[in-house]
Amino acid sequence: MANTIHIDVVSAEASIFSGEAEFVVAPASAGEVGIYPNHAPLITTIKPGALRVKIPGEEEEQVIFISGGILEVQPSVITVLADTAIRGHDLDEAKAIAAKEAAEEAMKNRTSDMDYAKAQAELAEAVAQIQAIQRLRKTTH
Amino acid sequence: MAGSKEIRTKIKSVENTRKITKAMEMVAASKMRKAQDRMRASRPYAEKIRNVAAHLSFAQSEYKHAFLVKRDAVKNVGLIVMSSDKGLCGGLNTNVLRLSVNQMKTWESEGKKIAVSAIGNKGFSFMTRVGADVKSHITGLGDVPHLENLIGAIKVMLDAYTAGEIDQLYICYTKFINTMKQEPIMQQLLPLGGEQLGSAKGHWDYIYEPEAKPVIDELMTRYVESLIYNAVAENMASEQSSRMVAMKSASDNAKNVIGELKLVYNKARQAAITKEISEIVGGAAAVS
Repeated sequence: MANTIHIDVVSAEASIFSGEAEFVVAPASAGEVGIYPNHAPLITTIKPGALRVKIPGEEEEQVIFISGGILEVQPSVITVLADTAIRGHDLDEAKAIAAKEAAEEAMKNRTSDMDYAKAQAELAEAVAQIQAIQRLRKTTH
Repeated sequence: MAGSKEIRTKIKSVENTRKITKAMEMVAASKMRKAQDRMRASRPYAEKIRNVAAHLSFAQSEYKHAFLVKRDAVKNVGLIVMSSDKGLCGGLNTNVLRLSVNQMKTWESEGKKIAVSAIGNKGFSFMTRVGADVKSHITGLGDVPHLENLIGAIKVMLDAYTAGEIDQLYICYTKFINTMKQEPIMQQLLPLGGEQLGSAKGHWDYIYEPEAKPVIDELMTRYVESLIYNAVAENMASEQSSRMVAMKSASDNAKNVIGELKLVYNKARQAAITKEISEIVGGAAAVS
């Protein structure tokens, strides 16, 4: 049996790489880590950087650039959960604050509390419209 | 020949409408295929991160993340409502909003306070109009959802959960079953239930680098984000297919209307001709 480990690199938006590898180097947050097959279970965050994968039978190492994420290692499989965006505590925080402010700005015009009667009436009207159209469609056929 | 000109103009205008709905149908069909591909593309990540999260939640780690801990008393509920940015997609948004409003009413009657996060223009404007407490919103996502645009609004809700401002987080979106069928569903996101994670095999723990806490924190946030991203991708596929079906039926309706109008037009024309002939015949009879 060839001494290889399966590696999957996936991001939320797409699957990036999947295959067998002899050796993998990942930019972990505490420094680069090299992983051979049968590594002990490990989980770590990774920094933006290059992930190097040595594929059996190929001279060159495959290099995949990732903008951070999480690396999970099990004896026979490596999973890289790559981020699709550059992440950072401050960056995320800034985004959250911006989202909050936008919501507060939009809520300024709110006059009263949640009006369920109004909401349900409005939706009932919309549903009735759709149903009326469907009924009309059936009768014309 | 009374009214025949009006009928002709009417036919022309319905034909023009049909051209538009037909075009929209085809655009929606091609967008739907892409949206479905994106929906499928997001699945591997969701599965992987789910496995890892399952391992983590069962591993004997000294640190339990807040997302996994069930709270005894639920006083405040968070709800993420997913809708489309644009209309003309049949009952898609109405169904989601109706489900949300009904659920909110139940919560309200149980004395729970509700904080809403609205994704999509339709849901956002509806929620503000009816006076819900909108904590965050995202509009104008476009055809391709990017996680980057979602982070801010999601974080507002996750922070509220961590800070204890909400005790449960739900998400309401339209599940894509197939091209003809989409269903609005309400799902609990937080706290993460055991059934969502499944059961892990064996008892073993990871080596955490640098420490357990930051890694678990990051992973849990990613996990919830990926669930929400999936819902967004699914909602978009539903939107496009729902629009396609709505526009198809609009085109079919226009076709029927054109057929009926043509019939009326021909009848009017025939009546005019008959009238003219009878007038000529009558005139000729009077002369001879």
